[in-house]
Order: sequence, then structure tokens, then C-alpha cells
Amino acid sequence: MIVEGTVIKLGDRIDTDLIIPAKYLKYTDHQYLAQHVLEPVDPEFSKKASKGVIVVAGKLFGMGSSREQAAIALKAAGVKMILAESFARIFFRNAINNGLPVMVCPNISNVVREGDYVSADLSSGEILIPERGITVRCKELPDIVIRIVDAGGLIEYLRKLGR
Amino acid sequence: MYNGQTLTEKILSNASGRAVSPNDIVEVAVDLIGFHDLTGFHVIEIIENLSSGTPLNPEKLVIAFDHLVPPPDIRSAEIQRFVRDFAGKIKVLNFHDIGDGILHQILLERYVMPGYLVVGADSHTSTAGALGAFAQGMGATDVAATIITGRTWVSVPQPFKVVLRGSLKEWVTGKDVALEILKVFKADYFNGMSIEFYVENPSSFPMDYRATVANMGIEFNADSVLFIPDEETTNFLRVERGYEYRGKFLPDDNAEYVDEYTLELSKVDLLIAAPYSVDNVKSIRDVEGMEVDTVFIGSCTNGRLSDLEIAAKIMKGRKIRSRCVVIPASRKVFNKALELGYIQILVNAGCMVTFSTCGPCIGGHFGVAGPGEVVLSTSNRNFKGRMGSPDSKTYLSGPSVAAASAVLGRMAEPGDMP
Ligand code: SF4
Repeated sequence: MIVEGTVIKLGDRIDTDLIIPAKYLKYTDHQYLAQHVLEPVDPEFSKKASKGVIVVAGKLFGMGSSREQAAIALKAAGVKMILAESFARIFFRNAINNGLPVMVCPNISNVVREGDYVSADLSSGEILIPERGITVRCKELPDIVIRIVDAGGLIEYLRKLGR
Repeated sequence: MYNGQTLTEKILSNASGRAVSPNDIVEVAVDLIGFHDLTGFHVIEIIENLSSGTPLNPEKLVIAFDHLVPPPDIRSAEIQRFVRDFAGKIKVLNFHDIGDGILHQILLERYVMPGYLVVGADSHTSTAGALGAFAQGMGATDVAATIITGRTWVSVPQPFKVVLRGSLKEWVTGKDVALEILKVFKADYFNGMSIEFYVENPSSFPMDYRATVANMGIEFNADSVLFIPDEETTNFLRVERGYEYRGKFLPDDNAEYVDEYTLELSKVDLLIAAPYSVDNVKSIRDVEGMEVDTVFIGSCTNGRLSDLEIAAKIMKGRKIRSRCVVIPASRKVFNKALELGYIQILVNAGCMVTFSTCGPCIGGHFGVAGPGEVVLSTSNRNFKGRMGSPDSKTYLSGPSVAAASAVLGRMAEPGDMP
């Protein structure tokens, strides 16, 4: 599975309270959540992401609470994939479960720049930046995870199996 | 030679039916599943979307309302009604409506056993590790799937051992130990690891303190935190539940850990975490004199009896200068604190004491921080905007610093009081 898009960069420790503040957790409507994603970091983020973007971030992306709305909001806003130096365990699972590809990429913040166009191969873990002729290695995703992501999330995947 | 197993490996081997090693991804049977009102409605939406008619496992399920208690608005009441109806429909016996307590405290008081595998739709499910359970918070989808199948998957973490040696100084508690560990290792270090705490002198580190440390296991970003069961664990189960536990979940003598760290408890000082990160740990001296607008004593981190006892000792016969909200973590804690006179002391000192709710901890209600305000809280997170306005500042501490600061109206230790 290949995912392509333009990069928006975020820093280290983007916590779940930043991704979607607690006051929005009483709803699960995807569009509502998308409107408020990363509001405290950049009120314009939702607008910027709407064209379909790839987020590149530093350490411990998604640390903090278990709120699944964090993954839902990012995906619904237009984030196609997140490449980070490390993820918090719960967020990583939530992203996969919602069909949002996530890969662990050591040192990626130092290599990829804001606005780069990247092409990521989930099974090999290879990230290409064609314009600059650069390749970055990430930790590849196991087949089962790719199948879940490809189906659009765990629920959709289980539905497919059930049929 | 046979490599011994850590407690983490023992529990995961037992739950998966095969001998596991770190980095294995295994399917496990789950002993207890918990959720609360705010994540619960999401879990139920997913269950209903997925499983019309699929048998559920109501006997393993514990539901406790805590985040929206009592409902601060119509939507919250609606959410609770939705969850309450679901609990009734699938006959959840272990259902705790508003006022019983915070989910993690209720799990600890009533349900968790050493060696259990616990999954909850809340990150602080890690608290159950205080009793020697393998406990992980998960998102709504994972929890919904676990409720339907009774199973989930986990990645077996790298085991790390922490030895707690000696005894703590006066006024220093489990919170300071958690902050000390964050000061030394920072919030990144334990990602992907399971921390097993071995307490050399079990009574020197009581269950309340263990619960605080395990609670903050998620702030260490550990996969799980487990206190190796000992006499303190057995005593707790006897006194709280009248249950005689004959422990079988212990690490082998030759268990292998990736590393080990010994903490001399007598060397731990009173500490605080400054905004906006839990591992931004400082001495009280570094913020000496800073005015504190509001103090919050409560949450699943530090709303237990020992916390209220410490606050009452410090506030006895005194008046507070900061505003102060005190919230016991459960009805049981509230009742005991009433019996022992702590509540009266806190009320006389000028605190506002209320029934169990998460309230201020997530900037929900019962004291939301305004722009520019300084909050000193005994809870577990000080992310930007966590307790209200993104322009407020939250400092975290244990109960003695919180109470002394409330009395003096500024950041202080008990020793600073006249
Ligand atoms: S008290 Fe705070 S940390 Fe604990 S469960 Fe409630 S909101 Fe979460």
C-alpha cells in the first residue's frame, strides 16, 4: 500500500489534549471533530489539512489520554498518514483501528521538511522524497495491520471477515 | 538453563496460553474490562454498530460514571442515560452510577486481583497495576472488540525493574516517587516497557502510594506498571475485601529484566511538575513564593484516604488563602474521611468538598481554570489547556504541598507553615 502527500510538520509530544481538547469529547461526529483538530496548536490546521496531507512529527506523538477522537479527528480533517519518531501506544492502536496509517521513523524530523511531497510504502517502510532524491527508512507495518488500514479500520475489517 | 519469567511474562503467558517473550504479539483473554461515561458512549456506539445480537460479556464489565458527574449540561445527561440504558439492557451487574467513584478507584477497591489482565477505555487504567495486574488503557474500538470477544491483543513489553528501598521522609508520598522517576528518566524512556516495582519493605510503601505511581505509569509512557504482590497486597485484599489471597503471580527468581534501577526512598524530596509537561520536575524551592489561585486535591491519582488525611493534618485549625476544591476518589473514601473527621477539618479550613467526579482534572466542571490562573493540582497531567484555559498554568504535586500551598496562598511545603 502506497500513501502520498504533502508534509505538514509538528513537533515532539503532540499530546491528545492538543489534538482534540476534552471539551469536544461528548461527540463522535467526524466532521465536528475534524473542525477542531489541533486547535490549540494551530487554529488553521483543519483548513490546511483538508487537501489531504501527511503529518511528520517528533517523539511520543499522541501521548496522554485514550480518546479515540484524536485519531478520528486527524483522519477526518484530511491527514492521510502520520510519520513520527515514536508514538504513544494507545494512539498508535487507535490510528490503525480507524484506518489511519502510522509509521515509526527514527530521525525523520531532521530529514523531511515542511511542504515536501513524500511517497510512503507501508509494507517496505520506505519513504521517498522524489524532488530531493532522498529515501527515509521507517519501521514497516505487518501485513495484518496493512489489511486493517486498507479496509478503513478494525470495524470495517471485521465486517469484511464476517461476510 | 531455564530463563525465569518476569511478572509481566507470567501474566501474559497465562492469558495467552503460551510462553511469551518480549516483543511477541499475542492474543490474550481478558479478566476485567472497564469504561466510564465519557468513553463509554463511544464504546457502545461501536458495539451497536458492529454486533447486533453478538453475545457480550457483561460479567467481566465494570462501568463507573465519573467524567460527567453530576451532568454539567444536557449532552452529558444524555450520554449517561445512553450508557445507563445499555448497562440495563445487557444486564451489567457491576454498574456504578454517579457518586460511587472514579472508575480506576472502584476497580482497585472492588474488582482487580493480582495477575489479572485488565483493559479499560481510559489511559489511567494503568492504576490497576498497583495490585500486580497487567492493565492497559485502550481506545473505544479496542475496548468494544474486547467486550464482544472477551479477548484482545498485546505486544509483550520489555520488562524493567525498579526497586524501592528504605522509607520516605515525612510528607513525601507516592506522588513524589512518581515525579522523581519522571525527573530521572523523562517521559520517553519507558515507551514499550513494563515497569515492575519491587518494594523491599512492603509496609513502607502502602497501597495508596502504589496506586498513585501505577496511575502515572501512563505518564511514564510505560506499556504497563506492576507492583509485585507482597504482604501489603495481601493485607489490602484482606482488609478491603475480606479475601485471603494466596499469591501465585510472582516473578521467578531468575527472571531477566532489560535493566534495573534502585530508588532510595529516603532521598526523595517533595517535588512538583511545572507546565506543560509532567516530566518538567522541579523542587518547590524553584517556584517559591509563586501565588496559587486554585488548589485541587483529588482525582484518580491522589484522591484517596491518605491524601485527605495529609490535607486534613496540614489544614487543621487553619484557614486557606487560595481557593481549594477537594474531591475524594470514591464514596468509600468519602465515607471514611467523614468518619475520621477529615472532611469537617477541610470544610472548616474553607475548602469546597464534593462527591467523586473527574471534574476539574480534565477542565470539565467544578472549578475550571481561567486565563492567567495558576492551579496547583494533585492530578496527573499539566498539558496546555488540560484544566481549562490554554492560558492557565497547572502545576502538579502530592497532597502535602497542595495543602500547605492552599493555606499560604503560594507554592509552599508543610515546613514553611508558621
Ligand atoms: S480523575 Fe482525571 S485522570 Fe483520572 S480518570 Fe478522571 S479525568 Fe482521567
